[in-house]
Amino acid sequence: MAPLDNKTNPITPSPLAVGCGMTQVTEEQDKASTLHKAPQDQWVDAIRQITRDRDVSAFERLFDHFAPRVKSFLIKSGADHTLAEECAQEVMATVWQKSHLFDPTRASASTWIFTIARNKKIDALRKLNRPEPDDLGWGMDHEPDQEDVISLQQETQRLGNALSTLPQKQRDLLEQAFFNEKSHSEIANDTGLPLGTIKSRIRLALDKLRHSMS
Amino acid sequence: MKTTKPITHHLTEQDLMDYATGKLDESFALAAAVHISMCDECRATLNSFDALGGAVLENSAEEAMSHDAFSKTMELISALPQETVTHKKPANIPDALAGYIGGTLNDVKWTPIGMGVKQKILHTDDHGVARLLYIPAGTAVPDHGHKGREWTLVLQGAFFDETGHFGPGDIEIADPSVEHKPTAAAGDACICLAITDAPLRFSGIFHRLVQPLLRI
Repeated sequence: MAPLDNKTNPITPSPLAVGCGMTQVTEEQDKASTLHKAPQDQWVDAIRQITRDRDVSAFERLFDHFAPRVKSFLIKSGADHTLAEECAQEVMATVWQKSHLFDPTRASASTWIFTIARNKKIDALRKLNRPEPDDLGWGMDHEPDQEDVISLQQETQRLGNALSTLPQKQRDLLEQAFFNEKSHSEIANDTGLPLGTIKSRIRLALDKLRHSMS
Repeated sequence: MKTTKPITHHLTEQDLMDYATGKLDESFALAAAVHISMCDECRATLNSFDALGGAVLENSAEEAMSHDAFSKTMELISALPQETVTHKKPANIPDALAGYIGGTLNDVKWTPIGMGVKQKILHTDDHGVARLLYIPAGTAVPDHGHKGREWTLVLQGAFFDETGHFGPGDIEIADPSVEHKPTAAAGDACICLAITDAPLRFSGIFHRLVQPLLRI
């Protein structure tokens, strides 16, 4: 068993903490306008503006980027266009409503929105309850440590970059694993590949990701 | 909810990925949520799978939203109830489980099933049954095998069987090949969350007769 992060080390708040050299951020960089920020940081700022200022234009930027991706996710999960459109709007409404629960030291915006979209899919498509782990909670009254935020967002960026360097076939398989309603055995039936092959290919894709993260 | 002793029996990576991708059925998802609430290691692995899901979402193709999607979403938002911050009193069990019990372990309405063992069925559907088991210290649950998977998560006390010792937060993943006789350790009574996706197979004739009645 070799999870994405290193199980033998003590747990850190960063889920993908794999020996990343943390970049020190100077005050000038910190004050730089959002235009010069990495995409992940831009979305962190947008969600913060929604929480703090109920900023509709920040929400619209987030909406324009994520709603079409969430809709595509739901269609690939088996929803028709009407249901996918409806659910994508509901997911984005939840993003607004629960923006104060977003913790940028533990998740990027895309990670957080993925979990909301996944839960919507389980609720709307599978008609099942989704039991969730307890929130660790960091309290509403203190600002998250900026260094923790930056290192988590950088890790996520690296994960995205690593994902995009995978061969197309392996990327497709990972997308199927996350987007598709189908179990591994159903994918096996569809593709004609033996179940062991599917599982070992997903494992190979994960191993490659780990390798490129380390 | 944290345990004092380290957790040594975990969910597999495959189980965590199935939970992250929403493929676990409700009963198994409940046990996964409760274990993750108690286990930092599995929480970290889950977080990394969620992050991967986020990266896949980020990299995926876009599907155009309808022209009035944003204004409709703003209408949805204005109809949503105001989120209020509630300060919950700390419970002795994870929230997910408290929801299914409708309270804490002290509020469970147990049904005796013999030899001091008691159970409470929390959820049942076509894909599995989630139940709480109460096993007095030193008592053995009848020898049984499985037609399907059985997950047993310790909430209080401990039990041991042929495969090892299981304390609070530990989860035993038994597949159809496992035939075991779990025995509650000395000390507190052992309370477990047990999930099965097929009826248990008890070895004794008496248990085979009562099994359909007890739904175990």
